[in-house]
Amino acid sequence: MTDILTLISFGPDGWGDEIARGVLVTVALALSSLPFGLVLGFLVALAKNSGEPSLRSAANIYTTIFRGLPELLTLFLVYYGVQMLLNEVARLFVPGATVNVNSFVAGMVALSLVFSSYASEAFLSAFRGIKQGQYEGGYALGLSRPQTMRLVILPQLIRLALPALGNLWLILLKETALVSAIGLDDLLRWAGIAARVTKEPFLFFGGACLIYLMLAMISSIGLSRIETWTRRGEASR
Amino acid sequence: MSWISRETIPARPAPPVPSRGWSGTRVAGHLLMALWIVAGASLLYYLAENVMSDFVRNYWEKYLDGIVVTLQLVGLSMVAGAALSLLVALARASRNPFVSGIAYAYVYFFRGTPLLAQTFLIYYGAGSFRPFLSDVGLWWFFRDAWYCAVFAFTLNTAAYQAEILRGAVRNVDKGQWEAAAALGLRKGITFWKVILPQALIVALRPYGNELILMIKGSAIVSLVTIFDLMGETRRAYSRTFDFQAYIWAAVLYLIVVETLRRIWDEIELRLTRHLRRS
Repeated sequence: MTDILTLISFGPDGWGDEIARGVLVTVALALSSLPFGLVLGFLVALAKNSGEPSLRSAANIYTTIFRGLPELLTLFLVYYGVQMLLNEVARLFVPGATVNVNSFVAGMVALSLVFSSYASEAFLSAFRGIKQGQYEGGYALGLSRPQTMRLVILPQLIRLALPALGNLWLILLKETALVSAIGLDDLLRWAGIAARVTKEPFLFFGGACLIYLMLAMISSIGLSRIETWTRRGEASR
Repeated sequence: MSWISRETIPARPAPPVPSRGWSGTRVAGHLLMALWIVAGASLLYYLAENVMSDFVRNYWEKYLDGIVVTLQLVGLSMVAGAALSLLVALARASRNPFVSGIAYAYVYFFRGTPLLAQTFLIYYGAGSFRPFLSDVGLWWFFRDAWYCAVFAFTLNTAAYQAEILRGAVRNVDKGQWEAAAALGLRKGITFWKVILPQALIVALRPYGNELILMIKGSAIVSLVTIFDLMGETRRAYSRTFDFQAYIWAAVLYLIVVETLRRIWDEIELRLTRHLRRS
């Protein structure tokens, strides 16, 4: 039996550097899906919160679809579907052309879609927690609607939505594991390759689990920091 | 009393209803709805066009089998997980720091790592202990992808359900415990007959969410060679390279999830009818 320390070391015999690269891909994927998911989720929440019924139902259809589909299926739909669509389009211009969709981009799109539909719910319940008087106060001060949203509502909204968004971030981090199914070299895929080559599956999958756990812990620490930061105005009370 | 008027003022006509006009949001909303309607109509057209195709004729039975496998997997692990979660929740509430620490670590591990990684860890990881498992006579269990998947899903959902249960039990007012104690009920009986029924009502909604999450999460077992709905879909796609494989799967998953959600809402409505004032 090979020494475990050699297996997880960095270098030609160990898998440490490959795993580390996988961790980077996992974190990069989660971090790059986050802004798109947040912005899209905020827009969907705005639509759900508007007085216009058609806009509300359009937003509700969106969340029903992406909250009802399994994340893995969404990923495959985006990965294969977009690829097919792009191929069809490309063949219109260049006959016989093929387009390959980057699995990182496909993962990013799918994860952003799923994240945004859940985030919209978080934002919506935060919207419900802000009293009408806050808007009225903003208008009474002569602020325009966008200004009221940006200067008065949004700071409170972030504070109210942050706990739910923090949970969603942890879920997003875990969901990145699915992209190993479409061949992106993330943490779980490297762990799988290492497990197959070295015949030590428990070591590598267990290690992968522990790394995910570590990422979750680091995130929780960061999130609680952000939470105290958003509550800095309340501290003196 | 001349300042009292003899005749009343005639009723005024109601003010005109202000026309809603075509504001930006309204235009956007109608455009988006039109987009959805076009998308839905073309999806229906696509499905209707393909409902008689070779693909559907060859694979519709497989898809039904896949749904059954998915529901079996989720049902089995939800029930087993519920039993296990009770133990975990009790252990977490234990005064013994060792017991509650282990329960906390269990919950933290299974909630903090991806379900896919857990399934891989159990299915592939068991191979590392093959000699040992053979000696104990458990190798037949860990050799089989189905048992491993059920096992992984049970452990995973037990962690989540334990948290749901714990939150719900803590949500029950302390006075309920005190009242039961004043009536001379033992702690165990109080828990079963007084606290748990009230806690479960609070827990209904999170349990429903957990059920939906499990249905969706179960798609990943297709990656460990189980032919659930997703597995059948992937097999059909790899044989035909026909994209409708995934479209049908999406439609079926949406139907299953929406149906379950509706049923769960009905159950919740029925079980909480004594709490509503009509």
